[in-house]
Amino acid sequence: MIKIENLTKRFGERIAVAGIDLEIKRGEIFGLLGPNGAGKTTTVRILTLLSKKKSGSVKICGYDIEKDSERIKELIGVVPQHMSLDQDLTGRENLVLQARLHHLKNKAAMEQRINEILEFVELTDRADDKSRRYSGGMKRRLMIGMALLHKPKMLFLDEPTVGLDPQVRRKMWDLIRKMNEAGMTVLLTTHYIEEADQLCRRVAIMNRGRIIAVDTPQKLKEKVGRVVVEHMEADGMINNFFDNREQAASYVAGLNSNATVREANLEDVFIELTGRRVND
Amino acid sequence: MISNFCYDVYTVFWRDWVVFKKIFFKFLCSRMITPFLYIFAFGIGLGRNVSVDGGSYLSFLIPGMIALNSMNISFNTIAAPLNMARIYHHTLETYLISPISGAAFVFGKVLSGTVRGLISSVIIVLIAELLGVHLYLGGWFIPVLVLNCFVFAALAVVAAMTIDSHEEMSSFSTYVLVPMSFLCGTFFKADSFPEIIKWSLSILPLTPASSALRAAANKMPVEWHWPVIMAIYFLIFFSYACHLLKMKKEE
Repeated sequence: MIKIENLTKRFGERIAVAGIDLEIKRGEIFGLLGPNGAGKTTTVRILTLLSKKKSGSVKICGYDIEKDSERIKELIGVVPQHMSLDQDLTGRENLVLQARLHHLKNKAAMEQRINEILEFVELTDRADDKSRRYSGGMKRRLMIGMALLHKPKMLFLDEPTVGLDPQVRRKMWDLIRKMNEAGMTVLLTTHYIEEADQLCRRVAIMNRGRIIAVDTPQKLKEKVGRVVVEHMEADGMINNFFDNREQAASYVAGLNSNATVREANLEDVFIELTGRRVND
Repeated sequence: MISNFCYDVYTVFWRDWVVFKKIFFKFLCSRMITPFLYIFAFGIGLGRNVSVDGGSYLSFLIPGMIALNSMNISFNTIAAPLNMARIYHHTLETYLISPISGAAFVFGKVLSGTVRGLISSVIIVLIAELLGVHLYLGGWFIPVLVLNCFVFAALAVVAAMTIDSHEEMSSFSTYVLVPMSFLCGTFFKADSFPEIIKWSLSILPLTPASSALRAAANKMPVEWHWPVIMAIYFLIFFSYACHLLKMKKEE
């Protein structure tokens, strides 16, 4: 679905994306995980034609992003990181605008599609309220609805749940799963470990403009060890990794301090690969 | 292609029209205060006993006010909202990632600014009628008025795409629009200025607009170079606005 080869982007002297290679398959939810400043949003902005690459090649559904940009715009839906709703318009008017921008000219078909989208994102009752009055979760749902309106093949979600409370975040995950079950290929960027772990079939870990690992969450965790023992030493918190709980238990038995035994997560993978936390 | 272009222009215009309908009365009240004050203060208060070219000062002033007001309205109703859309609300990205062309977007905004400029001009014409000043609206009057709105709406898009803060936007008005408001033949003729200043003012976009509207409103001949200067400004601003939109995608 997406093939990226040696993608590079600079802002002046600063290298934001340093020669990344990536392939995203049809029908998967693919996560780009990394801290703020890793280059995730810059990568997505290049893929969604909001920014120009310095070098490298990107193909979406076989189309080149520079030569076939107009075709690609018809194939992709984008939910940017910023809340970019037109707040002077109602929810419905935002959807009408989006429909018009994507040349859904037939009025009856447009209305039907808008009503379908409103139902899908559960905003039918609030469709005629000004979008400035929506809660954060509602705004995000409307933005997803706008991105889906023209039936794209591929959806880009840039930090889709940032700023949302945990309950709303889980509802957003359900929506993303629903879209994927309906056949949508999704690329989402996130710095929330749990989000990448819960949603994504495969995850690319990104740091300082580079992809440092790509695999399923499970296999990434197995690379460092499935079980983690956390305990305090004089230098601070220490993590030791083991393949199973029996090994972890045997290690804990020999410790003098209190310890916590837990499942490994993607943050552990990130720390082991980069030496820093995702939220540093 | 052409039908998609026209459809896209109308889509951009449609969005602004939907918003405009919601704030129509607020727009009428807030945007018309300045021209009313100018007309009553200068036209009636100060100019009651002043005569220009054998006619009342009010008759001289009104076409200048129409030029000035349509400039301000066409510019301000596009520049600030588009600047905010680009920098703060990020709603410009909705258009950038959709399959509409930069030219369609710019022209849609130009039409939005023009319609608002024309509506405000109608109100000044009605006020003029109430005050006993009868303007001739045939001939070149409407085309020049539309062209004036086009020029400053296109300039508004350029300003919105280049100025990087809201504070600097008001500085732009102060340094560019306000001097033109007073010096470009709106309140008085520039005849008494030294030649070099007169020549410099004559090629600013508002001067040919004031002169042409005044001539057309009084059934006098419109010099050919007035609309030509305005058309050149429009083409320059429009082309540059399209270029800026293209560059925005390449950041």
